[in-house]
Amino acid sequence: MPAIRCSSLGKRYGDVVAVAGLDLTVETGECFGLLGPNGAGKTTTIEILEGLTLPDAGEVEVLGMRWGMGHDRALRQRLGIQLQETQLADKLTVEETLRLFRSFYRDAQDVDDVLALVELEEKRRSWVNKLSGGQKQRLAVACALVSRPEFLFLDEPTTGLDPQSRRQLWDVVTAFRARGGSVLLTTHYMEEAERLCDRVAIMDHGKIIALGTPRELIASLGAEHVVEFALADGAGRAPSVDELAALPGVQAVRPAPDRCALTVTAVHRAVPALLALLERRGAELSMLATHHATLEDVFVSLTGRQLRDA
Amino acid sequence: MRDHPLAQLTLARMREFYREPEAIFWVFGFPIVLAFALGIAFKNRGPGELKVGVAQAAKGDSALAATLDRSPALAATVLDTGAARVALRTGRIALLVVPGDPLVYRYDSTRTESRLARLEVDEALQRAQGRADPLLARDERVAEPGSRYIDFLIPGLLGMNLMGSGLWGVGFSVVQARTKRLLKRFMATPMRKSHYLLSFVLSRLTFLFVEVAALVGFGWWIFDVGVRGSVAALAGITILGSLSFSGLGMLVASRARTIEAVSGLMNLVMLPMWILSGTFFSYARFPDAMQPVVRALPLTALNDALRAVMIEGAPLLHLGAPLGVVTAWGVVSFAVALKIFRWR
Repeated sequence: MPAIRCSSLGKRYGDVVAVAGLDLTVETGECFGLLGPNGAGKTTTIEILEGLTLPDAGEVEVLGMRWGMGHDRALRQRLGIQLQETQLADKLTVEETLRLFRSFYRDAQDVDDVLALVELEEKRRSWVNKLSGGQKQRLAVACALVSRPEFLFLDEPTTGLDPQSRRQLWDVVTAFRARGGSVLLTTHYMEEAERLCDRVAIMDHGKIIALGTPRELIASLGAEHVVEFALADGAGRAPSVDELAALPGVQAVRPAPDRCALTVTAVHRAVPALLALLERRGAELSMLATHHATLEDVFVSLTGRQLRDA
Repeated sequence: MRDHPLAQLTLARMREFYREPEAIFWVFGFPIVLAFALGIAFKNRGPGELKVGVAQAAKGDSALAATLDRSPALAATVLDTGAARVALRTGRIALLVVPGDPLVYRYDSTRTESRLARLEVDEALQRAQGRADPLLARDERVAEPGSRYIDFLIPGLLGMNLMGSGLWGVGFSVVQARTKRLLKRFMATPMRKSHYLLSFVLSRLTFLFVEVAALVGFGWWIFDVGVRGSVAALAGITILGSLSFSGLGMLVASRARTIEAVSGLMNLVMLPMWILSGTFFSYARFPDAMQPVVRALPLTALNDALRAVMIEGAPLLHLGAPLGVVTAWGVVSFAVALKIFRWR
């Protein structure tokens, strides 16, 4: 039995369609990532699955149960939920906050154990408003974990955090999974999805536009590397898309206003050919970079937009 | 027991309250400061010595002033014309005596103090000239605790404080939790809604004891304001009042999404009651047509009940009407609040 199953999910706010017919299955023991730019409908989707928002259409089944059938509280006993942008009470200590959340659950975890899990032991007597952003976020996840959940919902758990805090949170999620828990997380960091998720769904405008393992999605680009370059103003003539596509090893060309990205199978053949072409045109480079293809490139190739500023 | 959700929620409420120094001041300090200031300002010392002036004249002015000074009710000074005019206009003297034949009393007849001075000055001067009173009378002075302004004021402040802390204490925290999405976070747990709402009531009751004891104790210690009725009756009324205003606070906070919105609503609810409900002065001063409305307000009813117990020593049984009004407000607001409460 899958941990979560939903079909033809729909939700609109006035004229804005937040979720437009969404089907989704999360297997037990899986870490599933919902990826997409801001406003793609990730939060609405996750809050419908959490039973906090009522969908206009569609079916939701969580751990084999449905919301609104009179046993919501029993279902909540089995879930751990971290919401985007929740501010916990400022003037309670870390320990008091956890003790409060713990009291809502029948089979809750020891406060000490949860504190150890998120590495906040030293902060147990600090007021919440004295914590750093990363510590606050770890406390929010701790409040979700204190129930010993079977299923963990994380809505943009690392947005706005520094790289070190982000890695600490990844460790927490990895440890939770090691004990058999299932996770659904939303993020707009592709690196995070690649690190944590078994499968990801890329969302845009309330729909899933791609679904698979991170490896499958990247493979769908047909090439493993991306070469990006930009030209200095006024020098020579820029090559056309067709000319670039004809270069050896180039699979696809994605022109953007300030730069151009080439998806290539072999960097060592494509780059010298590109340089030679630019040389003939008298064009001058202002930027040249290459990287392994990521989910970010998958998103750009699917939507024609950058993820961060979409 | 300590790990019961209701206990934890109530503890959280209490911690959030006592870790907020401003809240402590407004709930405990402010009413005492107000009681002290008003108690001093309206102390029953009577009008005291009335200050009068005698206009400077060629002769007889100092003799006149000396005669007036002999009266225990008056203090007279000789002033030149300019100074006298200013002193009269600014109220530093209640009346100016201009020597001559006939004598002239210059004063503002709309000022109670000046009219009193007119009587005292005339009496002192006429007696000095040998007037005999045809009727004999004896003064009997009364200064009974219970009839002073401070005796009226303390129960009123108590009622006002119960209203303020009930409304602010509940309303502010609820809306803050809603703005910070903490309410939504709680809804994502198996927490019972009734536990959440009840925790406000329980933490209010805990602080209520301190709140009432502080104000009543202060009134008793500094101004000798006693409680004539039973302390149990007073406790019962304050608990009922506090519960009722917690309900009203819940209602005010049931939909508001921002602190600004709830603050506006709070003032809209409280301001009329500060003025109408007889906290600082008797509501009997309002016209008859307004009386039914004024009496239907929860603070009016609470103040009436508090005064009946503290000043008149009435037993709870005689307070059915005002306590009924207080209860009805509480029950109705709580029920409506539950119905329309925005949990997300």
